[in-house]
Amino acid sequence: MEDYLSLFETYDVLAAFWVNIQLSFWAAIWALAIGTVLALFRISPIPSLQWFGAAYVNIFRNTPLTIILAFGFLGLFSVMQISLAADLNASLFRIAIVGLAVYHAAFVCEAIRSGVNTVPLGQAEAARAIGLSFLPAARLIILPQAFRGAIAPLGNVLIALIKNSTVAAAGSVATEASGLMKTMIEFRSDLVIPIFFTFALGFVVLVIPIGLLTTWASRKLAVAR
Amino acid sequence: MSAQQVLFDAPGPRARRNILIGNIVGVLVGLGILAWIISTLAEKGQLEASMWTPFLESRTWEFFILPGLVNTLKAAAIAIVTSVLFGLIFGVGRLSHLAPVRWVAGIVVEFLRAVPVLLMMIFFWLALGSSGAVQPQDAPLIAVVIALTLYNGSVIAELVRSGVQGLPRGQREAGMAIGLTANQSLRSIEVPQALIAMLPALISQFVVILKDSALGFIITYPELLQYMRRLGVGEGNIIPSLMVAAAIFIIINFALSTLATRLSVLLSFRTKGRKPAVVGAIAMDAAST
Repeated sequence: MEDYLSLFETYDVLAAFWVNIQLSFWAAIWALAIGTVLALFRISPIPSLQWFGAAYVNIFRNTPLTIILAFGFLGLFSVMQISLAADLNASLFRIAIVGLAVYHAAFVCEAIRSGVNTVPLGQAEAARAIGLSFLPAARLIILPQAFRGAIAPLGNVLIALIKNSTVAAAGSVATEASGLMKTMIEFRSDLVIPIFFTFALGFVVLVIPIGLLTTWASRKLAVAR
Repeated sequence: MSAQQVLFDAPGPRARRNILIGNIVGVLVGLGILAWIISTLAEKGQLEASMWTPFLESRTWEFFILPGLVNTLKAAAIAIVTSVLFGLIFGVGRLSHLAPVRWVAGIVVEFLRAVPVLLMMIFFWLALGSSGAVQPQDAPLIAVVIALTLYNGSVIAELVRSGVQGLPRGQREAGMAIGLTANQSLRSIEVPQALIAMLPALISQFVVILKDSALGFIITYPELLQYMRRLGVGEGNIIPSLMVAAAIFIIINFALSTLATRLSVLLSFRTKGRKPAVVGAIAMDAAST
């Protein structure tokens, strides 16, 4: 037990989780922005935009996140020497955020589209009947209802994003939780099980409240029909 | 509703002109982005012939792409079989009429769904490697399979549960009426029907398994991405190599996703009387990892 507690003096477990939370936070904001635009593309009347949205979703949804993040480090950072910050670690951190955002945007787009599918036909018809064209109808009538219908799937994407932030290890973000867990187990292989459960419970504590919260919010904010 | 048709009216002459203009602008902007990507890649010398010719040589396929693909498919195939078994056992466990069995299965499934697959992979890789229970060279494959099984098996368990709960109550009642016990009715009447209803969602989950097998890269399992990185380091063409790896995954996964969509249309007549929304919602969840 004392052995176990001494681990927390040597290794800063909370700081590692904080890295994952930051990765998830920024990636979630970007993914939401990109995903909303993609969803708008896919429901727009313009064929080239529809095609672009569909192509983006099919490409990024079917690529392993590991490849995207490894590409960010091995391709963009090492070969192309693209740097998003002066500091090396900050640059890797931001490239990992871009990778996570680009990947999860495809799922955000599909979540919002599933939200659009919960909006009854009559809403769009009514919007047209009072003379709204595509963008005003989407902004005032369809999307507000679609977002409320998409809360549960968006919550699932957020949960997946938090768990997937550990894959940033493939993008050489060494300070995040899975990397620290690996280091800790390598140095204290006698405590491998307690170390694993510490990190696993950390994610359970992060993820389960979000699941409960989004379930509650999706009921609370559901459009009464 | 199919949003594409109702968000905008049948276009008149002016709307048609606007759509045409928007279309042209969209194509131009798209081509502009493509040109920018290509020129950036060309500037860094990524489009030179020497970067891409290795993929035309048979030795690249023989020693890098195919061995990697075989290892990826091997891990995915084993994990698919074991996850379905795991999912059936725990899915039925969550539906058991014995409350303790339900609770244990529920806690296990909820816990495993909340833990990142990569954490489980690293844990099993290091734990198995240091315990000496398996040969050190086998540890990565076994860790990949166990981690994929625990996570995806839990998702499949939820699919089984929601599939059975989506069945009409009459199915169970009819089973009881002909003298089956609750467990017999579950096994021989409800679960088989639920399995057919959840087939599309199950195939979507196989896509997740195949994608997540690439996590083996991080724990030194020699799957496709690992081989392609070696190729890229050896030939100095890491960007083309990773692009080819991604393309292979996209092709396989796209084929599987298309199969899932076809199946769900094909099976819709069998599941018409039920609430397909339940299975659909879980499938959305499953696909997002």
